[in-house]
Amino acid sequence: MVGTTQYLVLGAVLFCIGVAGVFIRRNAIVVFMCIELMLSAVSLTFIALSRSQGSIDGQIFVFFIMTVAAAEAAVGLAIILSLYRRRQTINVDEFDLLKW
Amino acid sequence: MGIETGTVMLSIIGPEVVLVLAALGIMMTDLFVKSDSEQPFLMWIGFVGMLGALAVSASFWGKEAAYGFYGMVVADNFSAFFTTLFLIAGGLTLLMSSGYVRAQGIAAGEYYTLTLFATTGMVLMAQSTDLIMLFLGLEVLSVSLYVLAGMAQDSTRSAESSLKYFMLGAFSTGFLLYGIALLYGACGSTRLADIGSVLAQKQILREPMLLAGMGLLLTGFGFKIAMAPFHRWAPDVYEGAPTPITGFMSVGVKAAAFAALLRVFAGSLAALSPHWKELLWIGSVLTMTIGNVAALRQTNIKRMLAYSSIAHAGYILIGVVAGGSAGTGAVLYYLLVYTLMNIGAFAVVITIEQKGEKNLNLSAYAGIGSRHLALGAAMAVFMFSLAGIPPFSGFMGKFYIFSAAVKEGYIGLTIIAVLNSLVSVYYYLRVTVMMFMQEPESGAEEAAVFFHPALAGVLLIAIFFTVQMGLFPSSYLQFAQDSIKMFL
Repeated sequence: MVGTTQYLVLGAVLFCIGVAGVFIRRNAIVVFMCIELMLSAVSLTFIALSRSQGSIDGQIFVFFIMTVAAAEAAVGLAIILSLYRRRQTINVDEFDLLKW
Repeated sequence: MGIETGTVMLSIIGPEVVLVLAALGIMMTDLFVKSDSEQPFLMWIGFVGMLGALAVSASFWGKEAAYGFYGMVVADNFSAFFTTLFLIAGGLTLLMSSGYVRAQGIAAGEYYTLTLFATTGMVLMAQSTDLIMLFLGLEVLSVSLYVLAGMAQDSTRSAESSLKYFMLGAFSTGFLLYGIALLYGACGSTRLADIGSVLAQKQILREPMLLAGMGLLLTGFGFKIAMAPFHRWAPDVYEGAPTPITGFMSVGVKAAAFAALLRVFAGSLAALSPHWKELLWIGSVLTMTIGNVAALRQTNIKRMLAYSSIAHAGYILIGVVAGGSAGTGAVLYYLLVYTLMNIGAFAVVITIEQKGEKNLNLSAYAGIGSRHLALGAAMAVFMFSLAGIPPFSGFMGKFYIFSAAVKEGYIGLTIIAVLNSLVSVYYYLRVTVMMFMQEPESGAEEAAVFFHPALAGVLLIAIFFTVQMGLFPSSYLQFAQDSIKMFL
């Protein structure tokens, strides 16, 4: 029987993997994927909590997270693309014109 | 709850509606703009929209709090205060931009539209009474600013700044959302009022989920207000973004995040205040110390102002920690004061800046004061005010914050803050000294000054209020005090 706790733990683990990925990975798109993983982990947590409490608010919140994540992805990928056109790289370590 | 929530009440989001309509108007008009010389027209559409929104939000002032969208947004004195502040910041930013956008070859239509959308997000944040709405407002604001930060077409720096802002912004949103999720799990609602009433029963105050949620939420907000240790993005982003946008971010985003911070922490999570006050105490000390010390050795004026803005976030946090009528009122007053003086300082930077990020180095400021007396005097006013030297408004702001902290017994924090503000005098005065007492290095090209009527207007408004709020602070302080009655 999978209970709320298991979902919450899974959510926490996914969130931590996402955070670790943001710090470790150097490819801008992979970093972005890690951020999306964090958001998905949050969505999972919301749904699990929503179910355990029998209230619908959490599930509605997930819709908003998905919508906003899509908008962010559109803007984020465009930014990465425009930077790639200028620098021919998406390695975040090489974006060093401004002291990081 | 006793809150009438059964209706939509479109009038509650009146300021947002006006701003969005103006933004759409700019987008449409942009299609018919043929030459560069017609661009200021777009700016004026935005400016009129801001004035309209200001009129709508002023009509909310002094009335009973009115709720809309099933209790998700509220129009009360607090939101009216912050809406006014955002619209001042946004309006002055539009005026500052009009010459800059043309000189830098930035796509004007998109630029003004996004500025208005960002302002809309800020207003939404200040009005939200539900964490869903707060999140949406934050995202409207952030996504617009990610793009605005990268708008300077010919600059790789700008694109880089945009990427950094986007990455760290999205990253911090993850923390904020996780905090909201855990808070929802602990309290069973995303409504700020419901969370407050659940916590008031004091049965779950020690629950780990609640404390973790609070910590994550604080981390998320910490990123937005550039609180140390989450401040690392700010100097890079502020340096690379177009200068008017840097000014807008340093005052607008900060004020919006503080508005939300006050609503959530001082409002709903008041029962947890021993926990978050301790964290904010440490955050405040770190923020102002790191900001001030790092600002000492900056040679780029935008980077220096970025660190200065971090340091000011530290001072404002003191007011949040002190809390109560005096502390919270001082926070609002300081935000208003800071908005005007910092926008003013950025207006001077824009005046001296030239195409291609030239003249952003401090050495370019040498001798400008003696050649352009008015400009030098303006910068001196803003720098003195930022440093907290009387009689300018920055002094009164610091005075109210520090005295509130002393009254609440945070003597140690106040001493650290006073020492910090002494340190800051050095780097603020250095700019003034450069402008008036040094000659440009021989052979160095003299910095040309770029005067634009709208920019001169911004400078005059900023100087007027910086002096006036310093000399006659009581009515502004009263304005701030009237805005926070619902917390007390």
